[in-house]
Amino acid sequence: MIDSGGANIGSVMFALERLGVTGELTRDHGRIRSASRVILPGVGAAADAMTRLREYELGELIPTLTQPVLGICLGMQLLFEHSDEGDSVCLGVLPGKVERMSAAENLPVPHMGWNTVESLGETPLLAGVEGQHFYFVHGYAVKSSECSTATTEYGGRFVSVASRDNFFATQFHPERSGAAGARLIANFLGMNQ
Amino acid sequence: MGGILELAVRYRDEGADELVFYDITASPEGRSVDRTWISRVAAELDIPFCVAGGIRSAQAAEEVLAAGADKISINTPALENPKLIDELARRFGSQCVVIGIDSKFGEGGYQVFMNTGDPTRMSQAPRLTLDWVREVQDRGAGEIVLNCMSHDGVRTGYDLEQLKEVRAGCQLPLVASGGAGSEEHFLQVFTEARVDGALAATVFHSGSIRLPDLKQYLKANNVQVRQ
Repeated sequence: MIDSGGANIGSVMFALERLGVTGELTRDHGRIRSASRVILPGVGAAADAMTRLREYELGELIPTLTQPVLGICLGMQLLFEHSDEGDSVCLGVLPGKVERMSAAENLPVPHMGWNTVESLGETPLLAGVEGQHFYFVHGYAVKSSECSTATTEYGGRFVSVASRDNFFATQFHPERSGAAGARLIANFLGMNQ
Repeated sequence: MGGILELAVRYRDEGADELVFYDITASPEGRSVDRTWISRVAAELDIPFCVAGGIRSAQAAEEVLAAGADKISINTPALENPKLIDELARRFGSQCVVIGIDSKFGEGGYQVFMNTGDPTRMSQAPRLTLDWVREVQDRGAGEIVLNCMSHDGVRTGYDLEQLKEVRAGCQLPLVASGGAGSEEHFLQVFTEARVDGALAATVFHSGSIRLPDLKQYLKANNVQVRQ
């Protein structure tokens, strides 16, 4: 688990423990490069998070990783090219940009709560959980990307799961998404490299 | 009532969408919630949970969030110091700032009450409910739990009239509290008052309503639920 500072990552660590896996929180390049799985968590603002990643030279490391990598919530957004939040240049692993969600009638922003995820095709990350509810908390989203693997409706469609090669990302919080979230994390941990 | 952890695990397994832990005597007794149990609950729960009770500073909020709570709910301290809402929203984000409002009909309309956990210290706050709802939204709250006091604990149904009025002036997620006694009451509050969530304690603690049955019933009546 990449330690980008600031973020409350306890709940992700607990989710791993419930699956019988012990995570390690680190910003050490060697530890991250040799891990079998890497998770980029995130709560907070994109600009702060990118500043911290660059400070620890993780901005150069992360795009070069070859093991399965999972970005969660802000961690997902950081994998894209750019975020409107603080006009931040991000990691550029996934093509697309992160935009402010627009409030619609009866649909407040941030988008908070349970919502469904519709997959655009077979994807190992969503095996056994397609169409189920996941827990979202976010005010920014990727509206479209060629790497989109599932979308969610909230005053318009946005990318809720994305993947390219060994990089995976969820806009929702699998660690707070009940049995469906646990299954998704298990799917990630059980992937063939 | 059983231990906190046992109850949390039971409701998690039965399909609760979110849990709220209230320490309602914290504010009248001038103390904050005991936090040792929060991280134990956080380790077991895979659904969001909120902690309420005597959180009267950003420092206290930070401790509760750092212990693993997803949200904090404030009630009396927000009435005593409304700027606390702005500070919490700025520091931790609106998404984790829930405002609890205890309200019932009185002179001049729906009135807000404070220190409701202790009948001897309870008092009317200098706010009309609809004004307070607007104010907490403007100050950056992310969610409102409206506890309708005249219906609380009587199991005769949610206060649909009050909830409808508040709904009309509330753009935030609104959670109904107080009055649930049957499955029909939950259906009514979703379809008639159009709330985003329904909170209940007694009917679940006593076992008179089982969560999986309730969700099945709501689904059969075209309310979208997570199962």
